[in-house]
Amino acid sequence: MGAVNQFYRYLRKHAGFLIFAIVAMTIPAYVGDAYYLSLLAFTATRFMMALGLSLLLGQAGQISLGQAGFVGIGAYGSAIMTTRLGFDPWIAMVLAAVLSAAVAAVVGIPALRLRGYYLAMATLGVNEIIYLLLVRLKSLTNGTDGITGIPGLSFGALGLSGPKAYHLVAWGVALVMLRLSLNLSSSRVGRALRALSRSEAAAQSLGINVSYRKVQVFVMAAIFASIAGSFDAHYMRFVSPEAYTVTFSIILITGVIIGGLGSLWGAVWGTLAIVILPELLKRVHSDLTNLVFGVLLIAIMIFWQGRPRALGPALEKWRKMIGGRIRRGAS
Amino acid sequence: MSSAELLQYFFSGITSGSIYALTALGFTLVFNATSVINFAQGQLVMLGGMLGVALYGAGLPLWGASLGAVAVVAAVAVGFERVAVRPLLQKGVLAQVIATVGASFVFETAAMLIWGRDAVGLPPFSGDEPLLVGGATVAPQTVWVVGLSVAIVVALQMFFRTTLLGKAVRACAVDPIAARLQGIPYGRLVTFVFALTGAIAAAGGVMITPISFMSYHSGSLLGLKGFAAATLGGLGSPVGAVMGGYVLGVVEALGVGFVSAGYKDVIAFAILLLVLFSRPSGILGTRAAGHH
Amino acid sequence: MALLRVDKVTKRFGGLEALREVSFAVYQGQIKALIGPNGAGKTTLFNLVSGYLLPTSGRVYFSGRDVTGYPPHRMCGLGVGRTFQHSLIFEDMSVLDNVAVGRYSRTRAGLLAAFFALPVHRREERETIKAAEEALRRVGLEQRACDRAGTLPMGERHLLEIARALASEPQLLLLDEPAAGLNEAETACLAEVVRRLRADGVTVLVVEHDMTFVMDLSDEVVVLDYGRKIAEGPPFMIQENEEVIKAYLGEELEDETSVES
Repeated sequence: MGAVNQFYRYLRKHAGFLIFAIVAMTIPAYVGDAYYLSLLAFTATRFMMALGLSLLLGQAGQISLGQAGFVGIGAYGSAIMTTRLGFDPWIAMVLAAVLSAAVAAVVGIPALRLRGYYLAMATLGVNEIIYLLLVRLKSLTNGTDGITGIPGLSFGALGLSGPKAYHLVAWGVALVMLRLSLNLSSSRVGRALRALSRSEAAAQSLGINVSYRKVQVFVMAAIFASIAGSFDAHYMRFVSPEAYTVTFSIILITGVIIGGLGSLWGAVWGTLAIVILPELLKRVHSDLTNLVFGVLLIAIMIFWQGRPRALGPALEKWRKMIGGRIRRGAS
Repeated sequence: MSSAELLQYFFSGITSGSIYALTALGFTLVFNATSVINFAQGQLVMLGGMLGVALYGAGLPLWGASLGAVAVVAAVAVGFERVAVRPLLQKGVLAQVIATVGASFVFETAAMLIWGRDAVGLPPFSGDEPLLVGGATVAPQTVWVVGLSVAIVVALQMFFRTTLLGKAVRACAVDPIAARLQGIPYGRLVTFVFALTGAIAAAGGVMITPISFMSYHSGSLLGLKGFAAATLGGLGSPVGAVMGGYVLGVVEALGVGFVSAGYKDVIAFAILLLVLFSRPSGILGTRAAGHH
Repeated sequence: MALLRVDKVTKRFGGLEALREVSFAVYQGQIKALIGPNGAGKTTLFNLVSGYLLPTSGRVYFSGRDVTGYPPHRMCGLGVGRTFQHSLIFEDMSVLDNVAVGRYSRTRAGLLAAFFALPVHRREERETIKAAEEALRRVGLEQRACDRAGTLPMGERHLLEIARALASEPQLLLLDEPAAGLNEAETACLAEVVRRLRADGVTVLVVEHDMTFVMDLSDEVVVLDYGRKIAEGPPFMIQENEEVIKAYLGEELEDETSVES
């Protein structure tokens, strides 16, 4: 009796997540076009990156303009370890994530003591250094030529490189990350992050070790980004430094901002925005995307009410406002 | 390394150092007036160079193209201030950083759309017959760059210390509310500061283009190095910014000489991170930048 | 044994001496007030005791333990709670959420427990909500639990901050100008809340400018002027103390002359 009730309560509580998960996992059954499937594959990894950034920026309020650097570490880590050292792709992915975490910790501990714009510049500088190293350390990374011949993912004997199989794996991992992030957000730790993003002094007075929590979430975001990078590497079978520039970091930020900083679900909208918008804009003009993103960043900040809020409530307000105008116009 | 080679690197260093100094000065001006870090500062330098090339290509004489570029970028900076900075002055650091980052994106992409991806150059101001100084060859443009930069810095210092307008700007930097209460039109002064910062940035961009060509992407590196220089010297201190610029330029050039040319840019970032992590207030720092 | 003991604490900021050799103690169950003209160093002292500042010299003892230099989050863990002069409540979180943050130091569920929604996490969440509601009841704000904290008027903001600090189960509560901007009725209500806290066993050290509030409420008063302690004792004694009167009157006279000139 109790178990069944508990099950139904669980379903209702997590309805949103379950619906999203089911939709995400079953899409390949309805989509056959290779182009759209590859778009979905990219969406999965962008979503992982956006989730990490949403935790860091949206929950904890820390500005990182260098997430692409960690994506790069993940991608190149996987690439080098699988092609040069013959590691199993999954092990390489884990090791690359460990490396990203280490770099994030080393960088984060001093960087997160800095205020807003200094942290932004520091993360920008780290991203640039990572990019430069990827280009310069030719013997390791092959420089601008990139690394080819990266193996696809597999589960023992089961190859996972077919588009539909890859979709399930990538989205499976992405959904796990989403679930973990949602759990974190509605926990004592999530509350602590939101508290310290609003007032570090107050948070400290309530027992929160602000430095520790900031570094922790910074490392988490780096791990998410790294795993996403590894997935990309195994999907495209090729990595080159060009994908891991500050420009891409800024695009990730744009996604999270568009989706709304207040809730993790904003990462969903944001990811869709940064994947779909460029596709649409490409039909108009091949290079319009970044311009539009830049304008959006400015515009959203101007109309922002000064505190993180999700796209949902904002849309609600708009709807009511517009509905009101229409009704008044009609009468 | 011979002393002639050392001198060569030194000259190379103070050349790029001049541009870093001007960029850093731009950062400092804006920061002092608004407490905002302008992430689009480097793009203003880039726009100066690109516009100079465009105007020169359209038929204007070199000096006309330079002045034109300076004027246009100053106007762009003013527009940028109105649109992306003014509305956000009360909205907190997060919004300001993101908005200026967005602006840097806009400038960079606009430049790419208008002028393409290729790097472009300008002819040197007074020919390219190299001079011989102490065994090192110095391009005449270097003399122009360093000379003009120093002249700009000195002129700015005099402006801030002696003219009424300059003093008003300094008053705003120290205490905007008190300044307002004294009847100083804060809004208009901020606009003026942005125009000034745009002009300085553009001047730097135009000057350096004959030496190291300019492309739509040059801005981000320049901006970062300018910020590194400003932080090194102490954000908020104009003297520190200039000093930081030249120190960075020389250290970078020596790094090329002693270590390797490929890692030249890493040096600037390494310095930036070093300063931020050990002494964020820089050498001559005035504002508490680091801790809460 | 004193709950809090401040021992010859000096704080210098570059050339400026904010506190000079200040010593006093707060005993369990006391309501002690810290008063003094503006700039006397009261908030500096608070920041020192709660871990936000390091003394240039001197030591701070809490429950007999030398806590000089302990960071704020550690002081909270030991049992020191505080409010802030400018009411650092989390404006766009609900009142209940604000107080729930206060339970952080009394709960343990870490990253892993949060990620996987382990039983310890779920149990602590239930307890957190209950404890938060209880803390709101203690200050009389239980009606406002679901309201956005930013919508609260000044008096209730102070009460919210107190409730939030209470949620961390402090032994010593530092109140920084809790009556700022309050009218008579609100101040009386606040005094009632503080008295009830004392009855519950919380020791209170309060900085305030409202003299009626201070003299009515506190057992003992410490007076600072230009960073030095100039008097300490029960309220009636402080009111008669010549040096204290001079310190405050001196301030009034200065104000008058500057207005006239």
